[in-house]
Amino acid sequence: MTPIISARGGLSSQAYGQFALSGAGGSFESIATVSVGSGGTSYIDFTSIPQTYKHLQIRALLRGQAADTAGQSWIRVNGVTTDSYSWHGIYGTGSSVGTENSEFSSKDAIYSQFRHSSGNSTASVFGVGVCDILDYTSTAKYKTVRTLSGYDSNGSGQVRLYSGMLLSTTNAITTLRIQDQSGSGYAQYSHFALYGIKD
Amino acid sequence: MAATYEPIATTTLGSSQSSVTFSSISGSYTDLIAVFNGSNDGTTQYFLQVGNGSIDTGSNYSTTVLDGNGSSAASGRYTNDTVGIRADYYATGGGNKKMSIFQLNNYSNSTTYKTVLVRSALPATEVVATVGLWRSTSAINIVRFTCTSGYYETGSTFTLYGIKAA
Repeated sequence: MTPIISARGGLSSQAYGQFALSGAGGSFESIATVSVGSGGTSYIDFTSIPQTYKHLQIRALLRGQAADTAGQSWIRVNGVTTDSYSWHGIYGTGSSVGTENSEFSSKDAIYSQFRHSSGNSTASVFGVGVCDILDYTSTAKYKTVRTLSGYDSNGSGQVRLYSGMLLSTTNAITTLRIQDQSGSGYAQYSHFALYGIKD
Repeated sequence: MAATYEPIATTTLGSSQSSVTFSSISGSYTDLIAVFNGSNDGTTQYFLQVGNGSIDTGSNYSTTVLDGNGSSAASGRYTNDTVGIRADYYATGGGNKKMSIFQLNNYSNSTTYKTVLVRSALPATEVVATVGLWRSTSAINIVRFTCTSGYYETGSTFTLYGIKAA
C-alpha cells in the first residue's frame, strides 16, 4: 500500500516506518485464530498454547446468540473449574458507573471479562475486546488477565475495564476457553485471535 | 513465525493542524491500531472518524464513555454523532499532554458494523475508556484524527499499525 498522510490545512505527504508501541514489529506473533461460521459456536478453545512467548493477547470481535440485548463472557484457564478465580471490574453504561467483583458470581472461571452484543441487539452490532495475559509461562506467579471490552449500539452499550486471576495454581497456561455466560454461544462472524508477545 | 504487528504510517506535526488523515489503508490486516500522542488546543474534544473511500461525516457514529477525573467517575453517551468516535470526555486546555490508542478490530470485513475501543490518558485531567460504533458494514480504508473546531498542536504524533492474524 501507499499510505498517504494528509491534514486539513494542506499537509500532504507519504510516510513509512517509525513505530512506538512496545510489542510492535517482530515480537508480536499470531498463534491461532477462530472465525465463527454459519450456525455459530458454543465456545472458543485455544489449546496447546506454545510456551515460547512472554505474554499473550486475545483480540476478539464477538456477538452472543442468547435472546438478550447484551451478553458477557468468561475466560477459563487450563480447564480449572473449581472455585479458584477472582476478578474485579469497572464499567460505564452511558449514564452511570458501576463496579463488580467475584463475590457476586460463581468462580469456575474469570467472569465478565468481555462485554458484547447479543441475539436481540441491533443487527450487525458486535462487541470488541482486547485481553492481556502476562507471564503466562511462569510457574512462580498466579496468572492475571486484564481486559478492555465493550459494545455500543447507538443508544445503549457498555464499556468496561476488568481484571481477573486464577488463584489455585501457578501452572503455566496451556489452554484458554472463552464462553458466553448465557451458554448460548457466539454468532456467525465473531472472530477470536490469540497472539504471543516475545521479550 | 512472521511478524504480525506492523507500522503502516506515521506523522509528526511540524505545525498545528485540525486533522490528520491516513488513507488508502490496505485491507490485508486483521486489526488496526491508531495512536495519537501529543496535545491539542483544548477547545473541543478530539475524535477518530473513519470511512470507505472518503471520511464519513454523517450521523453514523455513537460512543459510550467511562471517565475518571481524580475525584469521581462518570459515564456518558453520544448518539447519531457526526464528529466521530470520541476519545475523551472533557475538552481540556492547550498544551496538556494526551495520548489515545484506538483498537479497530476486524476493520476490513463487510458484514458487521465497526466497533472501536479507545483508551485515553490525559494525565492533567482524566483517564478515559470508550467504545464507539460506526454504523456501516463497509470496510474501513481511511481514518482521520480530528479536533473539529480546534487543532492538534505542533509535535503531536499520529501512527497507524496493522495486526495480522494467522
